[in-house]
Amino acid sequence: MIAIVDYGAGNLTSVRWALDELGYPSRISSDPAEIVRADRIIFPGVGAAGAAMRHLRDRGLIEILRGAVAAGVPFLGICLGMQILFERTEEDGGVETLGVLAGDVRRFQPSYARDKIPHMGWNLVRWLRPHPVLEGISPTVFYYFVHSYYACPGRPGLTLGAAEYAGVEFCAAAACGSVVATQFHIEKSGRPGLALLDRFARWDGRERPGPARPSEERIC
Amino acid sequence: MLTRRIIPCLDVIRGRVTKGVRFRNNVDLGDPVEIARRYYEDGCDELVVYDITASAEGRPTDLDMVARVARAVRIPFAVGGGIADVADMARALEAGAEKISVNSLAVRRPGIIREGAHAFGSQCVVLGMDPVRTDDRAACPSGYEITIRGFRERTGRDAVEWARQAVDLGAGEIVVNSVDADGTRQGYDLTITRLIAEAVPVPVVASGGAGCAEHLRAAFVEGKADAAIVAGILHTGLTTIERLKRELVEMGVPVRVET
Repeated sequence: MIAIVDYGAGNLTSVRWALDELGYPSRISSDPAEIVRADRIIFPGVGAAGAAMRHLRDRGLIEILRGAVAAGVPFLGICLGMQILFERTEEDGGVETLGVLAGDVRRFQPSYARDKIPHMGWNLVRWLRPHPVLEGISPTVFYYFVHSYYACPGRPGLTLGAAEYAGVEFCAAAACGSVVATQFHIEKSGRPGLALLDRFARWDGRERPGPARPSEERIC
Repeated sequence: MLTRRIIPCLDVIRGRVTKGVRFRNNVDLGDPVEIARRYYEDGCDELVVYDITASAEGRPTDLDMVARVARAVRIPFAVGGGIADVADMARALEAGAEKISVNSLAVRRPGIIREGAHAFGSQCVVLGMDPVRTDDRAACPSGYEITIRGFRERTGRDAVEWARQAVDLGAGEIVVNSVDADGTRQGYDLTITRLIAEAVPVPVVASGGAGCAEHLRAAFVEGKADAAIVAGILHTGLTTIERLKRELVEMGVPVRVET
Protein backbone atom coordinates (compact mmCIF):
# COMPACT_ATOMS: atom_id res chain seq x y z
CA MET A 1 0.00 0.00 0.00
CA ILE A 2 1.19 3.50 -0.86
CA ALA A 3 0.69 6.14 1.82
CA ILE A 4 0.07 9.70 0.63
CA VAL A 5 1.07 11.87 3.56
CA ASP A 6 -1.65 14.32 4.55
CA TYR A 7 -0.22 17.20 6.54
CA GLY A 8 -2.58 19.98 5.55
CA ALA A 9 -0.43 21.13 2.63
CA GLY A 10 -1.98 20.60 -0.65
CA ASN A 11 -3.47 18.70 -3.39
CA LEU A 12 -3.53 15.10 -2.29
CA THR A 13 -6.52 14.05 -4.34
CA SER A 14 -4.61 14.54 -7.58
CA VAL A 15 -1.91 12.12 -6.44
CA ARG A 16 -4.61 9.66 -5.44
CA TRP A 17 -6.36 9.84 -8.82
CA ALA A 18 -3.07 9.42 -10.67
CA LEU A 19 -2.29 6.26 -8.67
CA ASP A 20 -5.86 5.04 -9.27
CA GLU A 21 -5.43 5.48 -13.00
CA LEU A 22 -2.26 3.37 -12.82
CA GLY A 23 -4.02 0.76 -10.68
CA TYR A 24 -2.02 1.14 -7.44
CA PRO A 25 -3.93 1.12 -4.14
CA SER A 26 -3.16 4.13 -1.95
CA ARG A 27 -4.36 5.83 1.19
CA ILE A 28 -4.31 9.48 2.12
CA SER A 29 -3.20 9.46 5.74
CA SER A 30 -1.93 11.64 8.55
CA ASP A 31 -1.81 8.70 10.98
CA PRO A 32 1.80 7.93 12.02
CA ALA A 33 0.91 4.27 12.73
CA GLU A 34 -0.47 3.83 9.23
CA ILE A 35 2.38 5.68 7.48
CA VAL A 36 4.95 3.54 9.32
CA ARG A 37 3.38 0.40 7.86
CA ALA A 38 3.26 1.65 4.26
CA ASP A 39 5.28 -0.10 1.52
CA ARG A 40 6.10 3.25 0.03
CA ILE A 41 5.45 6.88 0.85
CA ILE A 42 4.47 9.82 -1.28
CA PHE A 43 5.05 13.20 0.31
CA PRO A 44 3.30 15.88 -1.76
CA GLY A 45 2.76 19.48 -0.85
CA VAL A 46 1.89 22.96 -2.00
CA GLY A 47 1.88 26.11 0.07
CA ALA A 48 4.44 27.56 2.44
CA ALA A 49 7.30 25.74 4.16
CA GLY A 50 6.82 27.27 7.61
CA ALA A 51 3.21 26.16 7.91
CA ALA A 52 4.06 22.75 6.46
CA MET A 53 6.76 22.13 9.11
CA ARG A 54 4.34 23.21 11.86
CA HIS A 55 1.71 20.78 10.58
CA LEU A 56 4.25 17.94 10.45
CA ARG A 57 5.38 18.67 14.00
CA ASP A 58 1.80 18.92 15.31
CA ARG A 59 0.93 15.56 13.78
CA GLY A 60 4.06 13.84 15.07
CA LEU A 61 5.23 13.05 11.56
CA ILE A 62 8.77 14.42 11.48
CA GLU A 63 10.48 11.41 13.06
CA ILE A 64 8.17 9.02 11.20
CA LEU A 65 9.29 10.41 7.84
CA ARG A 66 12.98 10.51 8.79
CA GLY A 67 12.69 6.96 10.06
CA ALA A 68 11.08 5.72 6.84
CA VAL A 69 13.91 7.23 4.81
CA ALA A 70 16.54 5.70 7.12
CA ALA A 71 14.82 2.31 6.78
CA GLY A 72 15.02 2.47 2.98
CA VAL A 73 11.28 2.73 2.29
CA PRO A 74 10.78 4.02 -1.29
CA PHE A 75 9.96 7.67 -0.76
CA LEU A 76 8.76 10.28 -3.27
CA GLY A 77 8.71 13.98 -2.39
CA ILE A 78 6.78 16.28 -4.72
CA CYS A 79 7.14 20.09 -5.01
CA LEU A 80 7.05 21.50 -1.45
CA GLY A 81 7.44 17.88 -0.36
CA MET A 82 10.78 17.86 -2.17
CA GLN A 83 11.90 21.20 -0.76
CA ILE A 84 11.32 20.33 2.87
CA LEU A 85 13.39 17.15 2.53
CA PHE A 86 16.42 19.48 2.42
CA GLU A 87 18.01 21.11 5.46
CA ARG A 88 16.65 24.62 5.32
CA THR A 89 14.76 27.08 3.15
CA GLU A 90 14.80 30.84 2.66
CA GLU A 91 11.00 30.83 2.65
CA ASP A 92 9.08 32.43 5.54
CA GLY A 93 12.18 34.25 6.75
CA GLY A 94 14.22 31.05 7.01
CA VAL A 95 12.93 27.66 8.19
CA GLU A 96 14.81 24.56 9.31
CA THR A 97 13.35 21.62 7.41
CA LEU A 98 13.65 17.82 7.56
CA GLY A 99 17.31 17.52 6.63
CA VAL A 100 16.91 14.19 4.85
CA LEU A 101 18.80 15.54 1.83
CA ALA A 102 21.88 17.78 2.07
CA GLY A 103 21.37 21.29 0.80
CA ASP A 104 19.13 24.30 1.05
CA VAL A 105 16.23 25.93 -0.78
CA ARG A 106 16.43 29.40 -2.34
CA ARG A 107 14.10 31.82 -4.04
CA PHE A 108 14.32 32.52 -7.77
CA GLN A 109 15.77 35.95 -8.50
CA PRO A 110 14.24 37.18 -11.76
CA SER A 111 17.05 38.10 -14.14
CA TYR A 112 14.73 39.75 -16.68
CA ALA A 113 11.31 41.38 -16.41
CA ARG A 114 10.18 38.42 -18.52
CA ASP A 115 10.92 35.98 -15.68
CA LYS A 116 7.66 35.77 -13.80
CA ILE A 117 7.61 34.34 -10.29
CA PRO A 118 6.21 31.74 -9.60
CA HIS A 119 7.84 29.63 -12.28
CA MET A 120 4.59 28.23 -13.61
CA GLY A 121 4.06 25.90 -16.55
CA TRP A 122 5.66 23.11 -18.54
CA ASN A 123 9.44 23.12 -18.60
CA LEU A 124 11.96 20.72 -20.07
CA VAL A 125 13.78 18.46 -17.62
CA ARG A 126 17.09 16.94 -18.65
CA TRP A 127 17.96 13.74 -16.79
CA LEU A 128 21.59 13.84 -15.69
CA ARG A 129 22.29 10.25 -14.65
CA PRO A 130 20.71 6.81 -14.78
CA HIS A 131 18.36 5.71 -12.01
CA PRO A 132 15.95 2.75 -11.73
CA VAL A 133 12.88 5.08 -11.79
CA LEU A 134 14.10 6.50 -15.12
CA GLU A 135 14.16 3.20 -16.94
CA GLY A 136 12.38 3.66 -20.27
CA ILE A 137 11.98 7.43 -19.73
CA SER A 138 13.23 9.84 -22.47
CA PRO A 139 16.42 11.81 -21.67
CA THR A 140 14.48 15.10 -21.85
CA VAL A 141 10.83 15.41 -20.83
CA PHE A 142 8.35 18.27 -20.24
CA TYR A 143 6.82 18.34 -16.76
CA TYR A 144 4.52 20.81 -14.99
CA PHE A 145 6.06 23.19 -12.44
CA VAL A 146 4.56 25.72 -10.00
CA HIS A 147 7.06 27.12 -7.52
CA SER A 148 8.98 30.20 -6.41
CA TYR A 149 11.78 28.38 -4.54
CA TYR A 150 14.17 25.68 -5.71
CA ALA A 151 16.55 23.24 -4.05
CA CYS A 152 20.32 23.64 -4.15
CA PRO A 153 21.73 20.22 -3.24
CA GLY A 154 24.72 20.36 -0.95
CA ARG A 155 26.39 17.34 -2.49
CA PRO A 156 27.26 16.65 -6.11
CA GLY A 157 25.39 13.66 -7.43
CA LEU A 158 22.16 14.39 -5.56
CA THR A 159 20.66 16.09 -8.61
CA LEU A 160 18.87 13.64 -10.87
CA GLY A 161 17.37 16.07 -13.38
CA ALA A 162 17.86 19.74 -14.20
CA ALA A 163 15.72 22.46 -15.76
CA GLU A 164 16.35 26.12 -16.56
CA TYR A 165 14.50 29.16 -15.33
CA ALA A 166 15.27 32.78 -14.46
CA GLY A 167 18.84 32.41 -15.59
CA VAL A 168 19.67 29.39 -13.43
CA GLU A 169 19.88 25.70 -14.13
CA PHE A 170 18.14 24.34 -11.06
CA CYS A 171 17.59 20.94 -9.48
CA ALA A 172 14.28 19.72 -10.91
CA ALA A 173 14.64 16.27 -9.36
CA ALA A 174 16.92 14.72 -6.76
CA ALA A 175 17.61 11.17 -5.69
CA CYS A 176 19.56 9.50 -2.92
CA GLY A 177 19.14 6.02 -1.45
CA SER A 178 15.42 5.25 -1.30
CA VAL A 179 14.44 8.88 -1.84
CA VAL A 180 13.34 10.41 -5.14
CA ALA A 181 12.10 13.98 -5.17
CA THR A 182 10.63 16.06 -7.97
CA GLN A 183 10.12 19.80 -7.97
CA PHE A 184 7.59 19.36 -10.78
CA HIS A 185 4.12 17.95 -10.22
CA ILE A 186 4.49 14.36 -11.35
CA GLU A 187 0.76 13.84 -10.71
CA LYS A 188 -0.21 16.74 -12.98
CA SER A 189 2.26 16.17 -15.80
CA GLY A 190 0.07 14.14 -18.13
CA ARG A 191 1.30 10.85 -19.55
CA PRO A 192 5.00 11.59 -18.90
CA GLY A 193 4.19 12.19 -15.23
CA LEU A 194 2.20 8.97 -15.03
CA ALA A 195 5.08 7.04 -16.61
CA LEU A 196 7.48 8.27 -13.94
CA LEU A 197 4.97 7.65 -11.12
CA ASP A 198 4.49 4.12 -12.44
CA ARG A 199 8.26 3.53 -12.29
CA PHE A 200 8.34 4.82 -8.70
CA ALA A 201 5.43 2.57 -7.70
CA ARG A 202 7.35 -0.50 -8.91
CA TRP A 203 10.75 0.53 -7.54
CA ASP A 204 12.36 -1.42 -4.67
CA GLY A 205 14.07 1.66 -3.24
CA ARG A 206 17.57 0.70 -4.24
CA GLU A 207 19.69 2.87 -6.51
CA ARG A 208 21.12 -0.19 -8.23
CA PRO A 209 20.62 -3.96 -7.96
CA GLY A 210 22.28 -5.53 -4.93
CA PRO A 211 21.53 -6.44 -1.33
CA ALA A 212 19.14 -4.18 0.55
CA ARG A 213 21.06 -1.62 2.51
CA PRO A 214 19.47 0.99 4.72
CA SER A 215 21.21 4.35 4.40
CA GLU A 216 24.06 4.57 6.90
CA GLU A 217 23.61 8.26 7.34
CA ARG A 218 20.51 10.31 7.63
CA ILE A 219 21.68 13.10 5.39
CA CYS A 220 22.41 12.03 1.83
CA MET B 1 12.89 26.31 -21.45
CA LEU B 2 9.52 27.29 -20.07
CA THR B 3 6.86 26.85 -22.75
CA ARG B 4 3.82 29.02 -23.47
CA ARG B 5 0.64 27.39 -22.23
CA ILE B 6 -2.56 26.81 -24.19
CA ILE B 7 -5.58 26.58 -21.92
CA PRO B 8 -9.03 25.54 -23.14
CA CYS B 9 -11.83 27.17 -21.20
CA LEU B 10 -15.05 25.34 -20.39
CA ASP B 11 -18.02 27.51 -19.50
CA VAL B 12 -20.43 25.25 -17.67
CA ILE B 13 -24.15 25.91 -17.19
CA ARG B 14 -26.16 23.35 -15.24
CA GLY B 15 -23.56 20.67 -15.82
CA ARG B 16 -23.13 21.25 -19.56
CA VAL B 17 -20.36 23.05 -21.44
CA THR B 18 -21.84 25.98 -23.33
CA LYS B 19 -20.51 28.68 -25.58
CA GLY B 20 -22.12 32.02 -26.17
CA VAL B 21 -21.01 35.43 -27.29
CA ARG B 22 -20.86 37.85 -24.38
CA PHE B 23 -22.71 35.38 -22.18
CA ARG B 24 -25.67 35.24 -24.57
CA ASN B 25 -27.00 32.80 -27.17
CA ASN B 26 -25.52 29.88 -25.30
CA VAL B 27 -25.18 26.61 -27.20
CA ASP B 28 -24.92 23.20 -25.50
CA LEU B 29 -21.57 21.62 -26.39
CA GLY B 30 -21.59 18.56 -24.17
CA ASP B 31 -20.39 16.97 -20.95
CA PRO B 32 -17.55 18.85 -19.23
CA VAL B 33 -15.75 15.67 -18.16
CA GLU B 34 -15.73 14.20 -21.68
CA ILE B 35 -14.63 17.49 -23.20
CA ALA B 36 -11.91 18.02 -20.57
CA ARG B 37 -10.59 14.51 -21.18
CA ARG B 38 -10.56 15.05 -24.96
CA TYR B 39 -8.57 18.29 -24.70
CA TYR B 40 -6.22 16.69 -22.18
CA GLU B 41 -5.54 13.79 -24.51
CA ASP B 42 -5.05 16.20 -27.37
CA GLY B 43 -2.21 17.88 -25.48
CA CYS B 44 -3.61 20.99 -23.79
CA ASP B 45 -1.40 22.35 -21.01
CA GLU B 46 -4.03 23.26 -18.46
CA LEU B 47 -7.80 23.75 -18.26
CA VAL B 48 -10.15 26.34 -16.85
CA VAL B 49 -13.65 25.36 -15.78
CA TYR B 50 -16.10 28.14 -15.00
CA ASP B 51 -19.37 27.31 -13.31
CA ILE B 52 -20.69 30.49 -14.88
CA THR B 53 -24.17 30.64 -13.41
CA ALA B 54 -23.31 29.54 -9.86
CA SER B 55 -22.92 33.03 -8.42
CA ALA B 56 -25.98 34.38 -10.23
CA GLU B 57 -28.03 31.43 -8.96
CA GLY B 58 -26.69 32.01 -5.46
CA ARG B 59 -25.29 28.49 -5.13
CA PRO B 60 -21.76 27.16 -4.52
CA THR B 61 -19.52 25.69 -7.21
CA ASP B 62 -20.62 22.33 -8.60
CA LEU B 63 -18.02 20.31 -6.68
CA ASP B 64 -19.19 17.01 -8.05
CA MET B 65 -18.34 18.25 -11.53
CA VAL B 66 -14.96 19.56 -10.30
CA ALA B 67 -14.16 16.17 -8.77
CA ARG B 68 -15.14 14.31 -11.94
CA VAL B 69 -12.92 16.57 -14.06
CA ALA B 70 -10.07 16.01 -11.58
CA ARG B 71 -10.41 12.25 -11.96
CA ALA B 72 -10.46 12.49 -15.75
CA VAL B 73 -7.38 14.62 -16.43
CA ARG B 74 -3.75 14.51 -15.27
CA ILE B 75 -3.03 18.19 -15.85
CA PRO B 76 -3.74 21.24 -13.69
CA PHE B 77 -7.01 23.08 -13.91
CA ALA B 78 -8.52 26.19 -12.41
CA VAL B 79 -12.08 26.54 -11.20
CA GLY B 80 -14.15 29.70 -11.10
CA GLY B 81 -17.74 30.64 -10.33
CA GLY B 82 -19.66 30.18 -7.11
CA ILE B 83 -16.73 30.99 -4.84
CA ALA B 84 -17.81 33.18 -1.91
CA ASP B 85 -15.08 32.64 0.69
CA VAL B 86 -11.94 30.76 1.66
CA ALA B 87 -13.98 27.71 2.72
CA ASP B 88 -15.37 27.49 -0.84
CA MET B 89 -11.83 27.72 -2.19
CA ALA B 90 -10.70 24.92 0.12
CA ARG B 91 -13.54 22.68 -1.05
CA ALA B 92 -12.73 23.22 -4.73
CA LEU B 93 -9.04 22.52 -4.11
CA GLU B 94 -9.90 19.39 -2.15
CA ALA B 95 -12.09 18.25 -5.03
CA GLY B 96 -8.94 18.30 -7.17
CA ALA B 97 -8.62 21.76 -8.71
CA GLU B 98 -5.14 23.36 -8.71
CA LYS B 99 -6.21 26.97 -8.78
CA ILE B 100 -9.21 29.07 -7.90
CA SER B 101 -10.20 31.94 -10.12
CA VAL B 102 -11.92 34.93 -8.54
CA ASN B 103 -13.35 37.82 -10.51
CA SER B 104 -16.39 39.87 -9.38
CA LEU B 105 -15.93 38.66 -5.80
CA ALA B 106 -12.38 40.06 -5.69
CA VAL B 107 -13.56 43.45 -6.95
CA ARG B 108 -16.23 43.63 -4.26
CA ARG B 109 -14.02 42.16 -1.55
CA PRO B 110 -10.29 42.35 -2.45
CA GLY B 111 -9.38 40.79 0.90
CA ILE B 112 -10.43 37.40 -0.50
CA ILE B 113 -7.21 37.40 -2.56
CA ARG B 114 -5.05 37.86 0.52
CA GLU B 115 -7.04 35.26 2.48
CA GLY B 116 -6.74 32.71 -0.34
CA ALA B 117 -3.04 33.36 -0.86
CA HIS B 118 -2.38 33.10 2.85
CA ALA B 119 -4.31 29.84 3.20
CA PHE B 120 -3.16 28.04 0.02
CA GLY B 121 -0.30 30.05 -1.49
CA SER B 122 -0.38 32.61 -4.29
CA GLN B 123 -0.05 29.93 -6.96
CA CYS B 124 -3.61 28.82 -6.11
CA VAL B 125 -5.20 32.24 -6.49
CA VAL B 126 -5.95 33.44 -10.01
CA LEU B 127 -7.47 36.85 -10.61
CA GLY B 128 -9.87 36.79 -13.54
CA MET B 129 -10.67 40.22 -14.94
CA ASP B 130 -12.96 41.46 -17.69
CA PRO B 131 -11.60 44.81 -18.89
CA VAL B 132 -13.46 46.90 -21.47
CA ARG B 133 -12.08 49.83 -23.49
CA THR B 134 -13.09 53.24 -22.20
CA ASP B 135 -12.55 56.86 -23.18
CA ASP B 136 -12.71 57.93 -19.56
CA ARG B 137 -8.96 58.44 -19.09
CA ALA B 138 -9.53 60.42 -15.92
CA ALA B 139 -10.94 57.40 -14.07
CA CYS B 140 -9.02 54.79 -16.08
CA PRO B 141 -5.62 56.08 -17.26
CA SER B 142 -4.83 52.79 -19.03
CA GLY B 143 -7.92 53.21 -21.22
CA TYR B 144 -9.43 50.00 -19.82
CA GLU B 145 -12.12 49.71 -17.18
CA ILE B 146 -12.94 46.66 -15.09
CA THR B 147 -16.40 45.15 -15.55
CA ILE B 148 -17.98 42.59 -13.26
CA ARG B 149 -20.92 40.18 -13.23
CA GLY B 150 -20.22 38.81 -16.68
CA PHE B 151 -19.60 42.19 -18.33
CA ARG B 152 -22.95 43.52 -17.07
CA GLU B 153 -21.64 46.08 -14.63
CA ARG B 154 -18.92 48.71 -15.06
CA THR B 155 -16.90 49.58 -11.98
CA GLY B 156 -15.11 52.80 -12.94
CA ARG B 157 -11.82 51.13 -11.95
CA ASP B 158 -8.67 51.07 -14.00
CA ALA B 159 -7.69 47.59 -15.19
CA VAL B 160 -3.92 47.99 -14.81
CA GLU B 161 -4.25 49.57 -11.39
CA TRP B 162 -6.49 46.68 -10.28
CA ALA B 163 -4.00 44.12 -11.61
CA ARG B 164 -1.19 45.70 -9.57
CA GLN B 165 -3.33 45.84 -6.46
CA ALA B 166 -4.43 42.20 -6.85
CA VAL B 167 -0.82 41.03 -7.15
CA ASP B 168 0.13 43.05 -4.06
CA LEU B 169 -2.67 41.23 -2.25
CA GLY B 170 -1.30 37.87 -3.35
CA ALA B 171 -2.78 36.90 -6.74
CA GLY B 172 -0.40 34.45 -8.43
CA GLU B 173 -1.71 34.74 -11.97
CA ILE B 174 -3.99 37.08 -13.92
CA VAL B 175 -6.40 36.11 -16.68
CA VAL B 176 -7.09 39.15 -18.86
CA ASN B 177 -10.37 38.51 -20.64
CA SER B 178 -11.14 41.37 -23.00
CA VAL B 179 -14.82 42.22 -23.17
CA ASP B 180 -14.29 43.85 -26.58
CA ALA B 181 -12.52 40.84 -28.10
CA ASP B 182 -14.51 38.06 -26.42
CA GLY B 183 -16.22 35.80 -28.92
CA THR B 184 -15.08 37.79 -31.97
CA ARG B 185 -12.35 35.39 -33.19
CA GLN B 186 -10.54 38.52 -34.44
CA GLY B 187 -7.59 38.08 -32.08
CA TYR B 188 -6.81 38.87 -28.45
CA ASP B 189 -6.72 42.49 -27.28
CA LEU B 190 -2.93 42.79 -27.38
CA THR B 191 -2.89 46.27 -25.86
CA ILE B 192 -4.42 45.44 -22.50
CA THR B 193 -2.70 42.05 -22.39
CA ARG B 194 0.69 43.70 -22.80
CA LEU B 195 -0.10 46.58 -20.42
CA ILE B 196 -0.87 44.11 -17.67
CA ALA B 197 1.93 41.67 -18.52
CA GLU B 198 4.42 44.53 -18.21
CA ALA B 199 2.83 45.88 -15.03
CA VAL B 200 2.90 42.74 -12.88
CA PRO B 201 5.57 40.18 -11.92
CA VAL B 202 3.21 37.16 -12.11
CA PRO B 203 2.14 35.13 -15.16
CA VAL B 204 -0.54 36.70 -17.39
CA VAL B 205 -3.04 34.73 -19.44
CA ALA B 206 -4.57 36.28 -22.58
CA SER B 207 -8.26 35.55 -23.04
CA GLY B 208 -11.00 36.39 -25.51
CA GLY B 209 -10.83 36.59 -29.27
CA ALA B 210 -8.75 33.58 -30.36
CA GLY B 211 -9.49 32.70 -33.98
CA CYS B 212 -6.31 31.00 -35.18
CA ALA B 213 -2.71 30.11 -34.23
CA GLU B 214 -1.45 33.51 -35.39
CA HIS B 215 -3.61 35.16 -32.71
CA LEU B 216 -1.93 33.03 -30.05
CA ARG B 217 1.52 33.86 -31.42
CA ALA B 218 0.65 37.55 -31.24
CA ALA B 219 -0.61 37.19 -27.65
CA PHE B 220 2.66 35.51 -26.62
CA VAL B 221 5.04 37.78 -28.55
CA GLU B 222 3.38 41.22 -28.89
CA GLY B 223 1.03 40.76 -25.91
CA LYS B 224 3.81 39.23 -23.75
CA ALA B 225 1.34 36.70 -22.34
CA ASP B 226 2.60 33.57 -20.61
CA ALA B 227 -0.46 31.57 -21.57
CA ALA B 228 -3.55 31.91 -23.71
CA ILE B 229 -7.13 30.76 -23.28
CA VAL B 230 -8.88 29.19 -26.24
CA ALA B 231 -12.55 28.26 -26.33
CA GLY B 232 -14.87 28.68 -29.32
CA ILE B 233 -12.49 27.55 -32.05
CA LEU B 234 -11.87 24.29 -30.19
CA HIS B 235 -15.44 23.67 -29.10
CA THR B 236 -16.78 24.06 -32.64
CA GLY B 237 -14.08 21.84 -34.10
CA LEU B 238 -12.57 24.64 -36.19
CA THR B 239 -9.15 23.54 -34.99
CA THR B 240 -7.55 21.28 -32.38
CA ILE B 241 -4.92 21.76 -29.67
CA GLU B 242 -2.60 19.47 -31.57
CA ARG B 243 -2.94 21.55 -34.75
CA LEU B 244 -2.58 24.89 -32.93
CA LYS B 245 0.62 23.65 -31.30
CA ARG B 246 2.03 22.35 -34.58
CA GLU B 247 1.39 25.75 -36.18
CA LEU B 248 2.94 27.58 -33.23
CA VAL B 249 6.06 25.40 -33.41
CA GLU B 250 6.38 26.37 -37.09
CA MET B 251 6.16 30.02 -36.04
CA GLY B 252 9.00 29.49 -33.58
CA VAL B 253 6.89 29.76 -30.41
CA PRO B 254 8.03 27.41 -27.62
CA VAL B 255 5.12 25.11 -26.79
CA ARG B 256 5.07 21.67 -25.23
CA VAL B 257 4.78 18.74 -27.59
CA GLU B 258 4.97 15.26 -26.12
CA THR B 259 8.00 13.27 -27.15
